[in-house]
Amino acid sequence: MLGYAVRRIGGAAAVLLIMSAVVYLLFYLMPANPAQLVCGIKTCTPDRLAVISHSLGLDEPLYLQYWHFLVGLVAGRDISMGPSTVHCAAPCLGYSFQYTEPVLQMILDRLPVSGSLVVGAAVLWLSFGIGIGVLSALRRGRWVDHTVNALVLGGLAVPIFITGLLALMVFCVYLQWIPFPTWVPLDQDPLLWAQNLILPWIVLALTTMPVYVRMSRAGMLETLAEDHIRTARAYGLPERQVIGRHALRGALSPLITLAALDVAAILTSSVLTESVFGLPGIGQLTVQAVRNVDLPVVVGLVLLIGFVIVVCNTIADLLYAAVDKRVSVS
Amino acid sequence: MTEARPGFRVFLGRFRTDRAAVFGAVVAGLLVLLALLAPVLTALEGQDISSFHNDLVDSARGGVPIGPLGGMSGQHWLGVEPQTGRDLFARVAQGAQISLLVAVSATVVQVFLGVVVGLAAGLGSKLLDTVLTRLADIAIAFPVIIFSLALLTIVPDSVPRPLLLAVVIGVLGWGGTARIARGQTLSLRTRDFVAAARLSGAGGFRVARREILPGLAAPVITYAALLLPTNVITEAALSFLGVGVRPPTSSWGQMLSTATTWFRSDVMYVLIPAFMVFLTVLSFTLMGEGVRVALDPRTTRLTRKAG
Repeated sequence: MLGYAVRRIGGAAAVLLIMSAVVYLLFYLMPANPAQLVCGIKTCTPDRLAVISHSLGLDEPLYLQYWHFLVGLVAGRDISMGPSTVHCAAPCLGYSFQYTEPVLQMILDRLPVSGSLVVGAAVLWLSFGIGIGVLSALRRGRWVDHTVNALVLGGLAVPIFITGLLALMVFCVYLQWIPFPTWVPLDQDPLLWAQNLILPWIVLALTTMPVYVRMSRAGMLETLAEDHIRTARAYGLPERQVIGRHALRGALSPLITLAALDVAAILTSSVLTESVFGLPGIGQLTVQAVRNVDLPVVVGLVLLIGFVIVVCNTIADLLYAAVDKRVSVS
Repeated sequence: MTEARPGFRVFLGRFRTDRAAVFGAVVAGLLVLLALLAPVLTALEGQDISSFHNDLVDSARGGVPIGPLGGMSGQHWLGVEPQTGRDLFARVAQGAQISLLVAVSATVVQVFLGVVVGLAAGLGSKLLDTVLTRLADIAIAFPVIIFSLALLTIVPDSVPRPLLLAVVIGVLGWGGTARIARGQTLSLRTRDFVAAARLSGAGGFRVARREILPGLAAPVITYAALLLPTNVITEAALSFLGVGVRPPTSSWGQMLSTATTWFRSDVMYVLIPAFMVFLTVLSFTLMGEGVRVALDPRTTRLTRKAG
């Protein structure tokens, strides 16, 4: 197991290094004039363009530029702003000349919004998703099961931006049950925080849920057919205990890895949710950076998202190996 | 494809008994017709896609279409666009063209890349297999929409957008097909007919093309049928986020993003594109599930969601 873990983590580190090189080269090699993109399309002046060209070291060979970027990631770097220099502390993901702020700081500022959104929604989709899936398995072939199956298929066909728009239209415009969501920090007013996030939470949870319903239904059906459940029933254990203590454990362990592997889908959904509801999180930052063509922010975000995904996948593999010993042996 | 081989007939027979799949196929067929005949149907309606109709929107109320249901009438089947008064049916039909064109081309790119990589991994050396499998794992784990979003920033505006979208979505989304093609190749390469071909002197390329490739058809078609609706969602999402096709070309995602300003005054402008996306994704998903069950009743469901 230890050997497997070491190999797996080493592999992940190699992937991260290669990925950073590919992303850096792609985004700084492909455009005709990267300095122009770093500087921005609308807000750029010729003076600033010259400063940025020098500051990015575009006169240096590409491998040196990438090397400076890597050093910045590990040790931080100084970024020349013409007369003055700015220090971008490690891990330096880059510096936005449009916002005159380190990219990492911009991301950290928006983290509470995206964090609140995803954590709150995760509570909903895990509890309801698993609950409905298990219920559907226990009522297999009855009307509950059929309804759930149809809803899951329908749910998979509705993209999150449509669910979100319809929810906004119905609950905020027509019924006026809640005002249009705005961001209120948790430490400022917990009640307003929750009230503003309730609709985004439900929408994000509804979109993510179908997969969890399917997985927990399938897992439950599989476990219920196993010998140890028959044995438990044969011993005369009450059904509540058979399900709650014995079946549930076996049925839900695949969900641990699903949750870790699902990061990509969740990141995508939260980007879309944030732009539907106008929440100032990381997703909105991504969309804004793309619209303003703010290259350092785009590159920083891509690298960070890649990092999160590689790390989560590695964790998922290790967890899976810990649950199922056959994986690490082979 | 016109020759009715027994395998194809069995497939059709199975597919036809699945009511949901047949419904999906019929609706999907109608959507394809709508896309193909968009200019003809618009001409039949007596309208065109770009004419402004200032007389059909109420400028006193900010440009809301005059008349019930967003100005629906015999002249304008789906009403008109708020503010400009452009014919909505024409724009929705063009949206169908964009949606299906991008989704189908992206699927073709994904399948092509996936099959090539899968064959190379399954037939190549151990090292090649390890590297390609790892690459495919990474490609599967990465969020296509977010990376397309990022990639679209650095591409100049001169490149035609639908083509660009198809290539970007396709190039980022080949991982799943590669995994399936590799698995199938691995199980086929040990079979007797492949060994026989090798013994009779066939080279690696010939074995891949003549012996393995036909065996990949069923699982790859099954997977592609389910990739298509995912690509429809991806295109709509990218257009919704403002990096898809550019005006004056219209797309459903783009309509949905402008529709947010017309929530209260023009409900139809929100509901029509939303319904079109829903209908397209649902019909192709139902059809894809039907194809999957008809080709191989044992496999488990493969659908994953994009956004």
